[in-house]
Amino acid sequence: MSQAILAITEQLDGSFKNVSFEVISAGKKIAEKTGGPLIAGVMGAGIEAIAGQAAEYGADRILLADHEGLKDGLSDACIQAAAQLVAKSGPAVVLIGATSLGKDIAARLSARLDAPLAMDCVDVRVEGDQVVATRPMYGGKVLAEVSLSGTPAIVAIRPRAVEAVAAQGQGEVEKVDISLDGTTLSLVEKHMETGKIELTEADVVVTGGRGMGGDDFAVVEALAKVLGGAVGASRSAVDEGWRAVSDQVGQTGKVVAPNLYIACGVSGAIQHLAGMASSRVVVAVNKDPEAPIFSKCDFGIVGDLFDVVPAITAEIEKMKG
Amino acid sequence: MEIAVLLKQVPATESLIEIADGGTTIKTDGINWVMNPYDELAVEEALQIRAADGGTVTVFSLGPEKAVEALRTALAMGADTAVRIDPQGKPMDGLSTAKVLAGELKKGAFDLIIAGHRAVDDDNFQVGPAVAELMGIPHISMVIRQEVTDGRIRCTRTIDGGTLVLETALPALITTQRGLNEPRYASLPGIMKAKKKPIDTRALSETGTDPGEPMVRTIAMRLPPQRKGGRIIEGDSATAKAEALVKALREEAKVI
Ligand SMILES: Cc1cc2nc3c(=O)[nH]c(=O)nc-3n(C[C@H](O)[C@H](O)[C@H](O)COP(=O)(O)OP(=O)(O)OC[C@H]3O[C@@H](n4cnc5c(N)ncnc54)[C@H](O)[C@@H]3O)c2cc1C
Ligand SMILES: Nc1ncnc2c1ncn2[C@@H]1O[C@H](COP(=O)(O)O)[C@@H](O)[C@H]1O
Repeated sequence: MSQAILAITEQLDGSFKNVSFEVISAGKKIAEKTGGPLIAGVMGAGIEAIAGQAAEYGADRILLADHEGLKDGLSDACIQAAAQLVAKSGPAVVLIGATSLGKDIAARLSARLDAPLAMDCVDVRVEGDQVVATRPMYGGKVLAEVSLSGTPAIVAIRPRAVEAVAAQGQGEVEKVDISLDGTTLSLVEKHMETGKIELTEADVVVTGGRGMGGDDFAVVEALAKVLGGAVGASRSAVDEGWRAVSDQVGQTGKVVAPNLYIACGVSGAIQHLAGMASSRVVVAVNKDPEAPIFSKCDFGIVGDLFDVVPAITAEIEKMKG
Repeated sequence: MEIAVLLKQVPATESLIEIADGGTTIKTDGINWVMNPYDELAVEEALQIRAADGGTVTVFSLGPEKAVEALRTALAMGADTAVRIDPQGKPMDGLSTAKVLAGELKKGAFDLIIAGHRAVDDDNFQVGPAVAELMGIPHISMVIRQEVTDGRIRCTRTIDGGTLVLETALPALITTQRGLNEPRYASLPGIMKAKKKPIDTRALSETGTDPGEPMVRTIAMRLPPQRKGGRIIEGDSATAKAEALVKALREEAKVI
């Protein structure tokens, strides 16, 4: 049996996404068990210059699929490329970030290779000759241990679940010629929200709920800004039309796991808690002392968020000097 | 347009989930079962396309007898035909589910297949794209807007940090994301009519698809650590409370 681990990375506009290094680090841990090698797969257009960075997290080999057709990160082209990187490296385990693109690749790859897939995992390890992964189910209400039998075992890793750890690898970059025949998706338009920190990648998330009372999120945005964080919303705030669906935290929104989660004017419904329960520290600001969120937080402040949140922002600014 | 919708019955999201004896499944008593919320979006979108372009909407579910309820809901919303594939107690992972569904879909001639982006029980995010792969057709995930013209579909999909507008040829599969539409409620006449519509039930053993043994198995389940009640920060004013909070976050929690 092959012992190689393939870690498929993702980049955006010529830089690796953080999750790429997390995935390589997860691979490193497994490769130490299987004996390796740890191979990083890099896909994109004109990205030769950054490919070598994969070695800084322990990649022994770096397979580079550099193709004009991979420029926009369209899922079908990336799936073709990923399948060819798998064919080239014959891995026992394929790791990939469970981003919106990574999930598409993982799901189709599993069907194409008739290989087991564990999606959106928070941990992966090798026990004996079994690959075992930990994955949240029921929107985070349960943590399941799943075993994968079949080769390659495909494990998609949730962003921020595994720590990226620097480790020097040999990391020779080898170019792989790939063909993108048979792709049918064409890009009409791409719209990126510039300067916005992606919720799932943020260290700090400040969320506004129905207690915001309207679409003016200025106080929440100001707090997020001093903390270098992202702004989230409860489903009620989204349903009211105050924020975009992509800002929603919860069981049917995004699952976030920042170091610090600050919920402002959020009551703490079970579907909301499911999306933020694995945050390291949770702060709640709510004017109702009986709000359920107070029994699911680390620190709570009872008060009007329009007084309390600006006061917290001011205090942090003062601290930073 | 011949449209197929894939739907699954799942525990309502407000359900309190407990782990059953044996530790690899959840307790099912006391759970309120509903159609997966993303599949409601799928049914609604299919009905809107049919209203505009004509055609039929067929809903498919692979699930036990009870899953008939979700299929009836779809019929009550307005779907034309419902198919239930009975797994006959066989354990399934995401890929085996996709194999069985793809096998049945291939027997029809669907222009468009709509699935949920994810089922809120297993959270596999897998079955839609896997079905598309097995059928050899393109897919577009997390769609918030679509438009069909001249045998092509143009979709706006969400990605991390933005949106893409993509186009591909039919037949194709799309998966739904919130924002696509507001699912209708079944009307009373709809519910009455749905009660009379037959549900085409197919036993797994008769489908001609052998999904094999599941390659992914749950070996243990646990509940994530629960937060205890938090410490309420007291103070005479908003400023005093903020000061105490920031001190606690910096010195005790060490997060800022
Ligand atoms: C199928 C389904 C899926 C769902 N998925 C999600 C999901 O993914 N995410 C999600 O969040 N919800 C989800 N929900 C909705 C969820 O059940 C709750 O309705 C929602 O989370 C409530 O949002 P909220 O806390 O902002 O609003 P509310 O429950 O209305 O709470 C508002 C809070 O703000 C406080 N408040 C008001 N004014 C102020 C003020 N000036 N200062 C301080 N506090 C103030 C109030 O005391 C109250 O506690 C889902 C529901 C369903 C049925
Ligand atoms: N047993 C099933 N029967 C029919 N459709 C399903 C089934 N399981 C999953 N699906 C479809 O696939 C989508 C994604 O499910 P999942 O990959 O399990 O998260 C769901 O929203 C449904 O549209």
